[in-house]
Amino acid sequence: MYNTKVRGVLIQGNKTYADVSRDIIRPMDEKAPMWWRVSIFLATGALFWGVWGFYNTISVGIGEWGLNNNVAWGWAIINFVWWIGIGHAGTAFSIFLLILRQKWRTSINRAAEAMTIFAVMSAGLFPLIHMGRIWDGFFIFPYWNTRGPLWDNFNSPLFWDVVAISTYFMASFVFWYMGMIPDFATIRERTTSKIKNKIYGILSFGWIGNARGWLRFETAAILLGGMAAPLVVSVHSIVSMDFSVSVVPGWHTTIFPPYFVIGAIFSGFGMVLTLMIVLRKLYRFKDYVTDGHLDAITRILTFISLIMGTAYLTELFMAWYSGSEYEMFTFMKNRVTGEYKYAFWTMITCNAIIPQLFWSKKIRKNITMVFIISLFINLGMWFERYVIVVTSLSKDFLPATWATYSPTITEIAIFVGTIGLFLLGVLAFFRFVPTIAISEVKGVLKETTTLKSFTDE
Amino acid sequence: MEKQYWQSLEEYKELNEPSVLESKEPRPEFSVEGLDESEIKGTSSRRDFLKMLGFSVGTVALVSSCQMPVRKAIPLLNQPEDLTPGIPNYYASTFFDGTDYCSILVKTRESRPIKIEGNEMSEITKGATSARVQASVLNLYDDARLKKPWQGEVESSWNSVDREIMMALKSHSQRNRKVVLLTSTIISPTTKELIKEFITAYPNIEWIQYDAVSYSSIRKANELNFGKSVIPYYNFDKANVIVGFNADFLGNWILPVTFTKQFSSRRKLTVGNSDMNRLYQFESRLSLTGSNADYRIGIRPSDEGAVLLNLYNEIAKAVGGQTYNAPAASIDVKKAAADLLKNKGKSLVVSGTNDLSIQLIVNAINSLLGNYGTTIDLTRPINLKQGDEEDMQRLVKEMNEGKVYGLLAHNVNPAYDFPDRSSFKSGMKKVALTVSFAETRDETAQLCDFVCTSSNYLESWDDSEPVLGSFSFTQPAIRPIFNTRQFQDSLIKWIGLKVDYSTYMEEYWKAMLDQHEEDVNNFDEFWNKFKHDGAIHHVFDQTDQPGFTPHELKAVASKSEGIEVVLYEKLAIGTGKYTNNPWLLEMPDPITTATWDNYVCVPVGYADQMGLKHEDVVKVNGEFELPVIIQPGQPQGTVAIALGYGRTSAGKAGTGVGKNVYHLMNTRKGYADVSGTTVTIEKTAKSFPLACTQTHHNMEGRPLARETTLPEYKADPGSGNAQHKIDDKDNVTLYAKIDYDGIHWGMTIDLTSCTGCGNCIIACQSENNVAVIGKDQIRKRRVMHWLRLDRYYSSDPDNPDVYHMPVMCQHCDNAPCENVCPVAATNHSAEGLNQMAYNRCIGTRYCVNNCPYKVRRFNWYDFVNNNKFDYNLNSDLGKMVLNPDVIVRQRGVVEKCSLCVQRLQEVKLTAKMENRAIVDGEVQTACSQSCPAGAIQFGNLKDEKSVVSQNNKEGRMYHLLEYLHTLPSTSYLTMVRNRDA
Repeated sequence: MYNTKVRGVLIQGNKTYADVSRDIIRPMDEKAPMWWRVSIFLATGALFWGVWGFYNTISVGIGEWGLNNNVAWGWAIINFVWWIGIGHAGTAFSIFLLILRQKWRTSINRAAEAMTIFAVMSAGLFPLIHMGRIWDGFFIFPYWNTRGPLWDNFNSPLFWDVVAISTYFMASFVFWYMGMIPDFATIRERTTSKIKNKIYGILSFGWIGNARGWLRFETAAILLGGMAAPLVVSVHSIVSMDFSVSVVPGWHTTIFPPYFVIGAIFSGFGMVLTLMIVLRKLYRFKDYVTDGHLDAITRILTFISLIMGTAYLTELFMAWYSGSEYEMFTFMKNRVTGEYKYAFWTMITCNAIIPQLFWSKKIRKNITMVFIISLFINLGMWFERYVIVVTSLSKDFLPATWATYSPTITEIAIFVGTIGLFLLGVLAFFRFVPTIAISEVKGVLKETTTLKSFTDE
Repeated sequence: MEKQYWQSLEEYKELNEPSVLESKEPRPEFSVEGLDESEIKGTSSRRDFLKMLGFSVGTVALVSSCQMPVRKAIPLLNQPEDLTPGIPNYYASTFFDGTDYCSILVKTRESRPIKIEGNEMSEITKGATSARVQASVLNLYDDARLKKPWQGEVESSWNSVDREIMMALKSHSQRNRKVVLLTSTIISPTTKELIKEFITAYPNIEWIQYDAVSYSSIRKANELNFGKSVIPYYNFDKANVIVGFNADFLGNWILPVTFTKQFSSRRKLTVGNSDMNRLYQFESRLSLTGSNADYRIGIRPSDEGAVLLNLYNEIAKAVGGQTYNAPAASIDVKKAAADLLKNKGKSLVVSGTNDLSIQLIVNAINSLLGNYGTTIDLTRPINLKQGDEEDMQRLVKEMNEGKVYGLLAHNVNPAYDFPDRSSFKSGMKKVALTVSFAETRDETAQLCDFVCTSSNYLESWDDSEPVLGSFSFTQPAIRPIFNTRQFQDSLIKWIGLKVDYSTYMEEYWKAMLDQHEEDVNNFDEFWNKFKHDGAIHHVFDQTDQPGFTPHELKAVASKSEGIEVVLYEKLAIGTGKYTNNPWLLEMPDPITTATWDNYVCVPVGYADQMGLKHEDVVKVNGEFELPVIIQPGQPQGTVAIALGYGRTSAGKAGTGVGKNVYHLMNTRKGYADVSGTTVTIEKTAKSFPLACTQTHHNMEGRPLARETTLPEYKADPGSGNAQHKIDDKDNVTLYAKIDYDGIHWGMTIDLTSCTGCGNCIIACQSENNVAVIGKDQIRKRRVMHWLRLDRYYSSDPDNPDVYHMPVMCQHCDNAPCENVCPVAATNHSAEGLNQMAYNRCIGTRYCVNNCPYKVRRFNWYDFVNNNKFDYNLNSDLGKMVLNPDVIVRQRGVVEKCSLCVQRLQEVKLTAKMENRAIVDGEVQTACSQSCPAGAIQFGNLKDEKSVVSQNNKEGRMYHLLEYLHTLPSTSYLTMVRNRDA
């Protein structure tokens, strides 16, 4: 029953195993194309600007940001949550689909996992730079110390955050890396360059592709997947608790964990869509990342978008139902109709309304439209975090303290810098790592190519 | 390669095979094919590892152990007897700057004055202080202070300055050329005696007293009505009904600290005491007093005479006095008149307008009401504000005519604050000898030939008699830091006496007591007691309450053309003497919440009409530009501008801040009055950033500052506080309540008594080393004050109800900040304090977000030793004001009110050493100790008899945002306004 081929052909073009290896490794052997060099240049530039932002923050002070006594979290936390959300796609893709035995994941999971790694790295920078005394940041780790009975506060969601994110990062990294071992071995075997042979030889941990190795590899993948699956839920649940544990109106709500996880998967899938469209175009991977793949992602996004809309409505309903004037003010006055209404309605439009266009098959098939909508999703999810962080803090309990917040050049620099870091990582990934899991694609090649392609239906 | 041992020949052969590993079968999973030996075994040995480890640890240690700056502390060679490091000494002294008076205690640590406390032994100020008094300690450590006497543009020495000045004085004296000694109001009997002696030595000297803001018309009116040119003593505490006309007696008028104490003493509602005074305030701007009024009526300054005369006629009709022809006024005074008539002899009418005709009406009303002898005491006149504009005008005229050959200016700055300052300056150029006794090179000192640099009052000896028969003592709390000399010593030197001023003062007192045949059997004992207590009360010459002589009353109808300007003293800055005090510059005005600048307060309607927005710049009189603040309560047809700004030579913090508006004083009637000038206002296209600490002024219908009226309170002490009962009922918890053992510190804040004077802000800043962060940072809403005054408006924007609400850390027992800190840097003490471990804080700022009261402050920058924040914490001198008991916070950590934990600790230790319990009232936080209104009370909540426990039993008690179940240790008491139901 498991083997019912509902998906039809996953890899098009009647590829042989040799074709697969050649196609996927080809971009790595060719001379770096112009677009790649230009992108690397731009990404490095962005990264350097971000380094300046870091330097300025650490050497001068957090005062270089636009924060104030009332809004003590700003872009840094918004971007942190945004990146973490994007960093959900890889694990969600690979692990959920692996456990659900969805074979179509094989063409995308590698790229999605890579994206996760770089997104989580970008995200992780924000809690660091956000600390007032980064040089004392190690206080946050529970370690035996000479400071008397001084221990971490295990009640603090920020402490949970540290644990959740570092665990998530490590698990995702191990999972991603392990998946690449057979592919590294393939490159090692194919390459004529001595240096590459050496490097990929080390990276492949001496993989020789024997049956026992494959057996253990498969088992480890399933095991790691099983262990990592709860992390997908836990990491963003815990990030959401950074907010929901507080008393701040607009934060103090029990819907946050599922709402954040769904939102994270939403933005993650959105980002996967953006990247895969670019990747298949640039590397001519349309046979591997087929229109069918994109169609499947858009369908998932349509569904998640509905959940997002429901979550937004639920929040509004709960604000009213709570009977709390503070909640009502934050949601109805400040967000829906007040000073931040543009941010709020951007969020609603991008996340709950625009993705509904995917109901139309025409739009789903129009890759340009899909690409544009995927960008809107990324934008909308950024605004969601903006709405949550800034609107709640800027006008909370005592009107005497109300203050507005706008970012400074330093904060923008840091954000752009993390985008640079992310792109740099992704570009390096494009260049030096097989962007599609060769071994896994080969695994699904035989049983799917003989059937009629489902995209042709 | 290691040496190989073999046991058998077979093994020997095996060892000598070309490659041991090659000959073996490849292992099933891991192929070593093609790898050489070093790759298989690895190249680095344990020794290598240890070497690398040693090297890297060594490098890190070397790099990180950069040299720390060496700071040397030199112990005292001979330890003074009464100086124990770590134990503060207190000296009773007096704050008098020519305008404000306060009897104080100076707290010194290791011989440095670090804090001013009120002196409870004083009859006049009774332990209270004002923000300016609190901040005056910082003036001692002002970088702008001169370190030596100056001659011309250069520093000089006392010898040379004295020689030259004495030569000049003698030569003018011999030729009988006029020399003027221009001083601020002098309330010191000894100094007066000394000046008399100085004039005897140099008979050509005329002594003139000058006040920047004068109330000389009060003296004049009393001279006409009573034959005594005095300002009487007012007993606000004896008045049931007070009607004020532009008299900001809670803010700046004559003796604000005393009057606040008196006024608020009648605003203490406790169980069984619902007695309360009532304040009507007729005023031309929203003053602090007006914001506390039960009934506040906005009037134009030009209407004041008419309104007062109408009030007079209303009362005269009722008591059968003579009525006068009064122009019709649109303001109804019947209600105030009826209230006054009901409280004859227990009422008080005061006016702050420096206009003789108005003061005459005020006197006549008070006389009709029989208030003389009860609420107004002419037998104990106030000695402040002795300046006379006539003398000053004559002086300027004579200076310009070249008739004045010498000018000795003490504690005055007319080149800055004289209404016609340009003619004063031009006159000064014609004076041969100009000497200033200023502490800094202020505007006047800059024009002087000599600056005989005075010591700060904390380095000086003096005595004061602010009110007849109430004496207080000024003694130095520190030796002069620089080569300075107090004004009196300079005079003594120039007279040619060989004593110092402290001895001179002692001798004067001895002589005076002898003269009055006082029974002081041991003068030394008396003298020591005087020095110890700082204040004594003794009337040497009893006088009778003089009889009232009526005087013709008149008032002119207002001309409603042009915009009338009202000048005022800000609570922080005053007349401009403290414009270089960063604490005061950064103190938010309790009404506008603006810091650092002055501005034009425009009425709401006028702003709408002109299309003016907050911070738009207007051109006043076509001559200077100022930004506007749209001020609710500002009467139509008027604008208000603060005096004291626009100093051109104040010091690094104050120079060039704001605009000088002294020239807008109304001098047409011979008195320098703050109102009565009309101006033109033009809108410009510019805008100017203002730094306000609060931008939203409306409570949004939330039950934050709760209020009720007196009749409702009498019917139900919980009126206006219904939410408390609801929240109390709703706040159920599954968790056990924390049970404190012995001590649970708590605070109560009575919104009925609190006037919003802002004294607590500066007291806290001084006690807790709170940083000054400058205008830009304030504008970014990052004020560091641990205690802030929230101010809300309600009802009519043209005449709003005002609420002042001090908010500091509420020390919640269920604190939202505590459980979100990842490193447990903020935690709860066993005595109910929410405490901060600065060294542990890593600055995640989650606590800042999660504090519903928003009282946590983050150190956005290094505010110490940072040239970007060039205030007192960026100079070695300025840093001497720091309280050594309180750590200076590093960049990146969160700080907040600690309930002055250092004070609690000190008292606890004392009690422990004396083996007793802490007595209620023994421990005071900086804010509660100096509160002139007694609105902030502090104590142990576990002590059933403590004031705070008693207050918490009141029906008015509530916690701020108590629905959150944060369980604060601080509670508020509902504001009660004495309004008719």
